[in-house]
Amino acid sequence: MSAMQKMIGWIDDRFPLTVTWKAHLSEYYAPKNFNFWYFFGSLALLVLVNQIFTGIFLTMNYKPDTLLAFGSVEYIMRDVDWGWLIRYMHSVGASMFFVVVYLHMFRGLIYGSYRKPRELVWIFGMMIYLALMAEAFMGYLLPWGQMSFWGAQVIISLFGAIPVIGDALSTWIRGDFVVSDATLNRFFAFHVIAIPLVLLGLVVAHIIALHEVGSNNPEGIEIKKVKDPVTHIPLDGIPFHPYYTVKDIVGVVVFLMVFSAIIFFAPEMGGWFLEPDNFIPANPMKTPPHIVPLWYFTPFYALLRAVPNKLFGVIGMGAAVLIITFLPWLDRAKAKSIRYRGPIYKTFLTLFVISFVGLGYLGTKEPTPVHTAFARIFGTIYFAFFLLMPLYTSIEKTKPVPERIPE
Amino acid sequence: MNQQVDRSKRRFLVAATTVVGGAAGVAALTPFVLSMMPSERAKAAGAPVEVDISKVEPGMQLAVAWQGKPVWVVNRTPAMLSKLPGLAPRLVDPNSDVPQQPPYCKNVNRSIKPEYLVVVGICTHLGCSPTYRPELGPPDLGADWPGGWFCPCHGSRYDLSARVFKNVPAPMNMLVPPHYYMSDSRILVGESTKKGA
Repeated sequence: MSAMQKMIGWIDDRFPLTVTWKAHLSEYYAPKNFNFWYFFGSLALLVLVNQIFTGIFLTMNYKPDTLLAFGSVEYIMRDVDWGWLIRYMHSVGASMFFVVVYLHMFRGLIYGSYRKPRELVWIFGMMIYLALMAEAFMGYLLPWGQMSFWGAQVIISLFGAIPVIGDALSTWIRGDFVVSDATLNRFFAFHVIAIPLVLLGLVVAHIIALHEVGSNNPEGIEIKKVKDPVTHIPLDGIPFHPYYTVKDIVGVVVFLMVFSAIIFFAPEMGGWFLEPDNFIPANPMKTPPHIVPLWYFTPFYALLRAVPNKLFGVIGMGAAVLIITFLPWLDRAKAKSIRYRGPIYKTFLTLFVISFVGLGYLGTKEPTPVHTAFARIFGTIYFAFFLLMPLYTSIEKTKPVPERIPE
Repeated sequence: MNQQVDRSKRRFLVAATTVVGGAAGVAALTPFVLSMMPSERAKAAGAPVEVDISKVEPGMQLAVAWQGKPVWVVNRTPAMLSKLPGLAPRLVDPNSDVPQQPPYCKNVNRSIKPEYLVVVGICTHLGCSPTYRPELGPPDLGADWPGGWFCPCHGSRYDLSARVFKNVPAPMNMLVPPHYYMSDSRILVGESTKKGA
């Protein structure tokens, strides 16, 4: 026995090292037919690590104080060695986090990965998405620019729409009667400690739940149904390590190429990742003439604006996010994957994607009557996709799903 | 030693311990939740602000800070004021029935002196500060725009008395803060009458 084996044996007697390695990597059997869409889960993990790592270094120079915050960010950008790189890795990372998470969620949508028995995987995923939105929102206040301030002002005011307790609740969130130093300081605490801890816990729960039920695949076939009679290994499964770890490394390399290109050549992404107005220090006296959230919130922002009533606008926006959680119970089709579904579902899905992107676009534009009209149409389609789903998925015939993954 | 376990007693003890422990947990959380309320310093802030209104020319808007919020003083021209009564059918609350102003400003001009409007420049929708658009019928706001404020965030519209139009997200008129005239050219925002007078 080599020294290495001896040491691992020593650890295994005291800690489930080998067992854990096997359960989650070398003997976790994933379907053999993962495609392009399966890169985004591991990429999301990579971006999470990037955000935590760069975030730690940003806190070394950032000052959560309304008088110092804006200047400390510029100090990081100009005077701290490599500070600009660390800051851009963090700010571009935030947008890329949503890029990969939206693609990851879309993958789940088209292949029915939320369906039984993966409901909890989906719910944990939605909780991650919510935590991520909170994390991004609070992080955006920290540079204390115009968009930081007015974005926070608007989002916190959303809670004020809740009847009876609304005003007290938004005051409690701000810690003041206006967005102020108290708000900035507590958002910093939430952004760097509370929410990242919640995020990490949820990511662990998401992966544990996934590894309990096993991964779905582009065919939507349960590989655990057909196992080798002797080894009990799914016949259509391959060990995650080394097969998918190596595949994911290819994805990581391509991702890092795109990520680096943005960081080095277009870190502000023409105002999409860092808005021009956020290079102006916060001024509570003046709202910028054109205020929009960052692109990843704009679909919901457009919905908020489309409703000509404060409370119902807020409810509509919240419902648009939460309704995604209920997909496992809204979808009644026999087949999980889009590959075995009919034209009705595909039409609804296409309209949904157009609406989501359309709302995202409209959310960045001024609320003119034409834009509002379009936002209402897209908003209706958005909700129709979910609310009519039990109907159109149960009446539509699906193609027969084979037992085994086709060669 | 071989005594029978009294299961109902055990269940009661477990339940009682859970309830008491839970109550203690909630009690222990209270200071943390309350620590997030505005501090004494935040509550003490917001002293009244004195504004010199003599420099506000007819048709112009002056913005000052009060309690961290923008307060506008607008010197409305007679032409502007003449439009206000006719707008009633297009407004949510033309008579200012919602207490968004002190009683002495519950009139069509929502002001003490007709020409000088004093208002907290915060949209009642989600707290943006609307843009002053006194011109008539600009292309982006439509031909029937009578002058007023347009909120760039979510498209809410207010007339020149800061009364909200129908079919916009904002639910009510903008807030008129308590204020009084210290002299013809000076007002105090934040108090309705002179303290100690």
